[in-house]
Amino acid sequence: MGKTVTIERRKAVEHLVRDRGDMLVVCGLGSSTYDVFAAGDHDANFYLWGAMGGAVMIGLGLAIAEPDKQVMVITGDGEALMGVGALASVAAQKPDNLSIVVLDNGHFGETGMQQSHTSYGVDLADIASGCGFTNTQTIYDYDTLDAFRNMPNEPSGPRLAVVKITTDNPPRALPHVDGIYVKTRFRQFLGHAPC
Amino acid sequence: MNAVTPSWEDDIFDAFKSAGVSQVPYVPDAGHAHLIRRVHADPDLTPLVLTTEEEGVASCCGAWLGGKKSVLLMQSSGVGNCVNMLSLVTNCNFPFLTIVSMRGEYGEFNSWQVPMARATQTSFEMMGVEVMRCNSPDEVGPTVDAALYSVFASEQKIAILLSQRLIGRKVW
Repeated sequence: MGKTVTIERRKAVEHLVRDRGDMLVVCGLGSSTYDVFAAGDHDANFYLWGAMGGAVMIGLGLAIAEPDKQVMVITGDGEALMGVGALASVAAQKPDNLSIVVLDNGHFGETGMQQSHTSYGVDLADIASGCGFTNTQTIYDYDTLDAFRNMPNEPSGPRLAVVKITTDNPPRALPHVDGIYVKTRFRQFLGHAPC
Repeated sequence: MNAVTPSWEDDIFDAFKSAGVSQVPYVPDAGHAHLIRRVHADPDLTPLVLTTEEEGVASCCGAWLGGKKSVLLMQSSGVGNCVNMLSLVTNCNFPFLTIVSMRGEYGEFNSWQVPMARATQTSFEMMGVEVMRCNSPDEVGPTVDAALYSVFASEQKIAILLSQRLIGRKVW
């Protein structure tokens, strides 16, 4: 506590997805989806516009299905909190190729900036650690964020970073809302033909 | 519970293997106990224990993004937990198959299971998931086999309800 929060959400996501190679990205509904799209549309992005609480578990199913690829879930504190049990389910599987990034501004940004639980002291990195994640971090600067992004596969299981971000609210950047299109092109990126 | 393991649970397992299912997320139920044990014992299948059923809806979709087939196991009391997450299935036209062991119907002692049992079929249908029901042992294998084909050949959404009459009443 007491550390100054200076990371801006859009810039953080730019750092996470630049030079991404074939990394697969699942983003939680709301601002995280806008941020990932604003950093550049990509066939290997799966944008959520709903299904709140589902991002981490989509990432888990995908990480198990594609063990040779890096999977990154980029979501917000509100979305992660709704599906907080998923951290236990991920920890039970221990996929080495799954990274979860929580952009934590302590607020529900899409609905009027009401304070979320993390503003009241709930620590998602501690929760993940208690679930059995051996690599959890709370990040306040871009260098640490870059190091997290560039860390090689670890055999120790999944990783979770809480990235403390300012409450700036950049204009929405709206990706495709057509879920069938986004699903199909994601699968085609991995070589899976449409039905 | 029944002292003898019913062969219809093995029929479900055999159908999974024939169809190439690879991930089996579940919230356990006694009605699925033997099947879950067989999934854990098979190195080609990944069992995923869940904290709530909606997690399995999402993980099944993630598996399909990666080209893998996944089937969710739960009991009827968990169906209501899935409702909003099924919008992911419907909106993106993901294939979806769940096998639901029914509680709260035939011969149920625990009345707390009854409200969700009565709402199970409606909950699926209102979210666009077709419901098939098995009442007798010989129906189970063919029904699961047919559903697996429809779901993964053309991205359909099906819930198979295993009736409590089939599973047997829980002994208290």
